[in-house]
Amino acid sequence: MKILSHIGRYFLMIQQTFGKFTKWKMLKQLILKDIDVLVIGSLGIVAFISFFVGGVVSIQTALNLENPLLPKNLIGFATRQSVILEFAPTFISIIMAGKVGSYITSSIGTMRVTEQIDALEVMGINTYNYLIFPKIVALSLYPLVISFSMFLGVFGGYIACVYGGFSSSADFIEGIQMDFIPFHVGYAFIKTAFFSFILATIPSYHGYYMNGGALDVGKASTVSFVWTSVAIILLNYLITQLLLT
Amino acid sequence: MIKVENIKKSFDDIAVLKGISATFEKGKTNLIIGQSGSGKTVFLKCLLGLFNIDSGKIFFENKRLKEMSLADRLVLRQEMGMVFQGSALFDSMNVEENIMFPLGMFTSKKNSEIRDRANIVIKRVNLINANEKYPDEISGGMKKRVAIARAIVMNPKFLFCDEPNSGLDPKTAILIDNLIQEITEEYQITTVINTHDMNSVMEIGQKIVFLRNGLKEWEGSKEDIFSTENEAVTNFVYSSDLFKKVREVYLKK
Repeated sequence: MKILSHIGRYFLMIQQTFGKFTKWKMLKQLILKDIDVLVIGSLGIVAFISFFVGGVVSIQTALNLENPLLPKNLIGFATRQSVILEFAPTFISIIMAGKVGSYITSSIGTMRVTEQIDALEVMGINTYNYLIFPKIVALSLYPLVISFSMFLGVFGGYIACVYGGFSSSADFIEGIQMDFIPFHVGYAFIKTAFFSFILATIPSYHGYYMNGGALDVGKASTVSFVWTSVAIILLNYLITQLLLT
Repeated sequence: MIKVENIKKSFDDIAVLKGISATFEKGKTNLIIGQSGSGKTVFLKCLLGLFNIDSGKIFFENKRLKEMSLADRLVLRQEMGMVFQGSALFDSMNVEENIMFPLGMFTSKKNSEIRDRANIVIKRVNLINANEKYPDEISGGMKKRVAIARAIVMNPKFLFCDEPNSGLDPKTAILIDNLIQEITEEYQITTVINTHDMNSVMEIGQKIVFLRNGLKEWEGSKEDIFSTENEAVTNFVYSSDLFKKVREVYLKK
């Protein structure tokens, strides 16, 4: 029953977020700040992980292609498919649940325990809109981060494969162009759009409704990471079932 | 003026406020005192509208809170200033931005006008060379001054303070108390202060409401508190030897 109450309160929070809007002049500043922190601030870690995981995917594929009859362009093909379909949208989103999600929960949670949210409420501000809406807008740019991750993942695979001596550059490039279905990229971006909403709202929920002190901010961040990851994994399954089967 | 009639509030069947009635007058510092757990903070949060009351009536300037339209409530909120126990300053903003925040949010004034108004208030609360500093770079006393400045920058009709001098040294605490009293009288604000600091009671207690177990046990002024025979009040107020002696001297006089 408790989980149903949380789900109900989560949807009420979403409704309130799109309720009375904060003055645009102030909202614009908050959105720009959140774009800087949540999106631009994540590019470094996304680039690092994407490049190296793309490389690992490519090496693992190459090492498992023992049969000499299998064409070498399969390495590029498998790298592209893994990176575009799952690694970039889902794996990076789980990492973002840790990085961006923890930031959102702890920043809103700290505002809660230091009575900053109460101060905003006393002034008559819709705190849901003031705190959560800018994060939703900022993370609507999250598909750009994922496209960056896709590019770097495949590029990392190329570097590892070609410079590791597993296949030629021509084979790899042929592989990444082989049987390309544009809808797969569309599918990845549809998933990403849903994940971005989850990344903005579930951590906000855990921060907004937390009780207690500094220790509880840490606990709320951990719980938020777990539930954001669970929601991403479940939604990933659901969207895949709906769009690819 | 704020008037409350028989307000009750419970949490999970535990009655915290059991029917409190009181009147808080304009231009006076109205103190709510009582032991921890007596319901002071819940009472203040009910007045602020952060908690909905279960029953009873709250009137702001003779207008009943429950009967106000949403628009009227929003106007009322902008007429309220609040000084929180921990100051509740916005970490991401410097002192000047914290004070400018309500003006930027609720007025259509130009940035230069907002800055001018903020600086008038900054001067009023005697904050010197702190405009560019962030909350974690200033002392507890300065934080309280910033919180007071932010609370009065919109010229509020009602000022609420929750333990305004907790965590401050006695000298700074008295300065903050006096500042609140001066501002209350100067701007003719209805000020309600939650405190369990007896120095504040003796210093600025123009009207005192004593809460005990969710009920109003006593009310009067700082002069009355010396002569009251109410045992609960005397046990609470004169719990230290120093205050007992102060009372004896006062009564002898």
